[in-house]
Amino acid sequence: MPEPLLGVNGIDVYYGDFQALFGVSLRVEAGQVVAVIGANGAGKSTLLRSIAGLMHPRRGDIAFDGAPSGHAAAFDVVKRGIALVPEGRRLFPSLTVEENLKIGAQSGRTGPWSLERIYKLFPVLAERKHLPATALSGGQQQMAAIGRALMSNPKLLLCDEISLGLAPIIVRDIYAQLPAIVGDGMSLIIVEQDIAQALKAAAQVYCLQEGRIALQGPAQTLTREAISAAYFGV
Amino acid sequence: MSEAAYQVEHATRSSRIGVVIIAVALVVLAAAPLWGDRQMLRLLAELFTFVALASLWNLLAGYAGLVSVGQQAYVGLGAYLLFGMVIVGGVHPIAAIFIAGPIAAIISIPVAALTFRLRGAYFAIGTWVVAEVFRLLASQISVLGGGSGISLPASIIVAMAPSRQAREFELYWLALGLTVLVLTAIITLLRSRHGLALTAIRDNELAAQSNGIDVTRLKLLVYVLTAFGTAMIGALIFLMKLRVSPDTAFSVNDWTAFVIFITVIGGIGRIEGPIIGTIIFFFMRQTLADLGSLYLLIMGAVAIVVMLWAPKGLWGLIAERFGWQALPLQRHLVSIPKDNP
Amino acid sequence: MTEWLNIILQGVLVGGLYAMFAAGLSLIFGVMRLVNIAHGDLIVLAAYIALTVTDTLGIGPLTSLILVVPAMAIIGYALQRLLLNRTLGDDILPPLLVTFGLSIIIQNGLLEVFTADSRKLQAGAVEIMTYQVSSGIWVGLLPFIQFIVAIVVIAALQILFYRTALGRAFRATSDDQAVAQLMGLDTRHVFAMAMALSLAVIAVAGVFLAVRANFDPAIGPARLIFGFEAVIIGGLGSMWGTLAGGIILGVSQAIGAQINPGWQLLAGHIVFLAILAFRPQGLFPKVSG
Repeated sequence: MPEPLLGVNGIDVYYGDFQALFGVSLRVEAGQVVAVIGANGAGKSTLLRSIAGLMHPRRGDIAFDGAPSGHAAAFDVVKRGIALVPEGRRLFPSLTVEENLKIGAQSGRTGPWSLERIYKLFPVLAERKHLPATALSGGQQQMAAIGRALMSNPKLLLCDEISLGLAPIIVRDIYAQLPAIVGDGMSLIIVEQDIAQALKAAAQVYCLQEGRIALQGPAQTLTREAISAAYFGV
Repeated sequence: MSEAAYQVEHATRSSRIGVVIIAVALVVLAAAPLWGDRQMLRLLAELFTFVALASLWNLLAGYAGLVSVGQQAYVGLGAYLLFGMVIVGGVHPIAAIFIAGPIAAIISIPVAALTFRLRGAYFAIGTWVVAEVFRLLASQISVLGGGSGISLPASIIVAMAPSRQAREFELYWLALGLTVLVLTAIITLLRSRHGLALTAIRDNELAAQSNGIDVTRLKLLVYVLTAFGTAMIGALIFLMKLRVSPDTAFSVNDWTAFVIFITVIGGIGRIEGPIIGTIIFFFMRQTLADLGSLYLLIMGAVAIVVMLWAPKGLWGLIAERFGWQALPLQRHLVSIPKDNP
Repeated sequence: MTEWLNIILQGVLVGGLYAMFAAGLSLIFGVMRLVNIAHGDLIVLAAYIALTVTDTLGIGPLTSLILVVPAMAIIGYALQRLLLNRTLGDDILPPLLVTFGLSIIIQNGLLEVFTADSRKLQAGAVEIMTYQVSSGIWVGLLPFIQFIVAIVVIAALQILFYRTALGRAFRATSDDQAVAQLMGLDTRHVFAMAMALSLAVIAVAGVFLAVRANFDPAIGPARLIFGFEAVIIGGLGSMWGTLAGGIILGVSQAIGAQINPGWQLLAGHIVFLAILAFRPQGLFPKVSG
């Protein structure tokens, strides 16, 4: 069996004395879309932050593209090809829309994504490129945050709750762009509370419950009952 | 089923021991004129005043979170108030010390109104500016010697006590007494509900505020009380020196740099810290005395090292390692069975 | 009347120098919320480095900038990377106390090496040349050059902050350190670059200070206070506001000195306190987005 692009092996992650993840394992193949679902506080964001290098596991390891990555600093991880679209967008308020996109390319990786291509994907950003990032609506900010992450030409894109706080129609529009985003063989992990979207978009699903993987498998084979049970721990 | 009642207790085993040790030390120190020579008395008096100054700065910075690098403003203010009252007003020097306190407290209120508009490190520099203003104003007071300062007239010095030795004993006990007074006031404040509020502010100001604590009023209270105490000590220090000048009265090095180093090295935010720090500081001064400015340089380096690698200071390290406290200041719940009187 | 105009003009020109003191200070505060208490002493350090360079190499002070500016920038980078990065965090105490300790160390170190003697750098003929603007109003060439340089420095900082990738990195890191790291920015390096830049500006200010007036190891704190007052008068967050603040401070001091020589510093402090009392956000604060 070929090495996965990303292999997370039994990681324990702590916030100080509080353990947030218990022996979590996950794999993502090249070009695959994986969904991680779970209730609030289940540990989904912690998992993404650990993969992105903002947090480091106390036990277990993470391997990306054939090299260990669990203890690399976040700014190194992005140089190797993992980009995170953080929960809550977190655009830089002191920067304009275009500057936010440009700074996404700071890591210096080359690839198919460029400013022009982002503007083609999300034309509304081109119209507002010189406005401060704070002047955008929620949905536009989400597009900008995704664009900013894409500018680093990642091999693996991590999306943390991109539907949060957005109207369903906006969420649908953004998810409609997903094929264009991963078209070149990029892998994707989406963390979602919106289970329907997650299951539609992903090939493989993991369900986290209180820091543990409660269910995993191909999206089509999982039943509604199994997901509810894993989600809520009933 | 018997109901248990709870009450808050402050003492621990180590603090009981600590209180005894301190009580014994106080008796020994009060008797110093019997066993110490003139030099020893002067050294001890100076040590007491630094303990007081550092404890007051610790209250302000370590408990109320107001880091001031301008407390020399009140040291000098106290000194000039004393010299002014004594030379111009004919007030008895010792009475003047106790009048300087309240006057400084009143002056500190508009100062606080201005400087509280600044936050964090900008507040610190703001307090420094105020001290500079006080210094510049003092050097304009020609009746007190202007820029070169003035000495206490011999007639007043002689009138303080029947003999030089009596005067030195008098000043020594005043220094000891005033320091004990300042420390007692600080401990009383910290054991009160204000003290509890201060600890809350120190840990998390925003949370304290949302719990109904009027943070600004409490900070103002602490600032005014600290000014009160600092001015009295400043008045005493310069009474002992017998001479005042703008540069010595408002010296950043003497009244802020040393005080900060003492508190940081001893342990900020703990009442024992300034006491330990002063002892270390005086020990270092005796051993390094002839090095001149190199001595200050070493102190600065030590303070940096302590701040980075032992931010709780020497006492902080000891207290956390062994769980000691010298004074009963902790609060813990003790359950009292119902059938006890 | 012309006497007062002359005085105000001198105040404006020295205000440029104060604005340079302030620029380095507010740059650091903007990027990493750190107030460097040793800021004034670093200005004096730059002056002494310039003194050493001019003495040993026999070059003029303005030429010495070629060496002093990079030297200070390197010192700034090392200082931040090795020492000050360790103090950054939520607690305001460590950076304040460590930079205070640094201030004492620099002052006393300079005292040990150079003694308390007053020194001054000689810039030659340019120091005494004056230019007549109109009848009765004279401008010294050196103060004028210093003022122009101050404006150039501030303009350069503005361009750097708003038109370059480094400036983008500064602003992003100041906004959100964690997300800045997600962009590939090593924040330790970004902070160190900011400090290097601040010390480069300090180097220019230090050399100008050394040429303009006598200096000795103890004058650092006063320069910190002038820079700080210029920042507060002008308003936080605005470089051009800082220039205005410096000018207002310089003019206040000049007017104060004219009324009574002992009132020079006091006049500046009083204007500062008045601004603090009646318009604490400063005269030209940047509207925060």
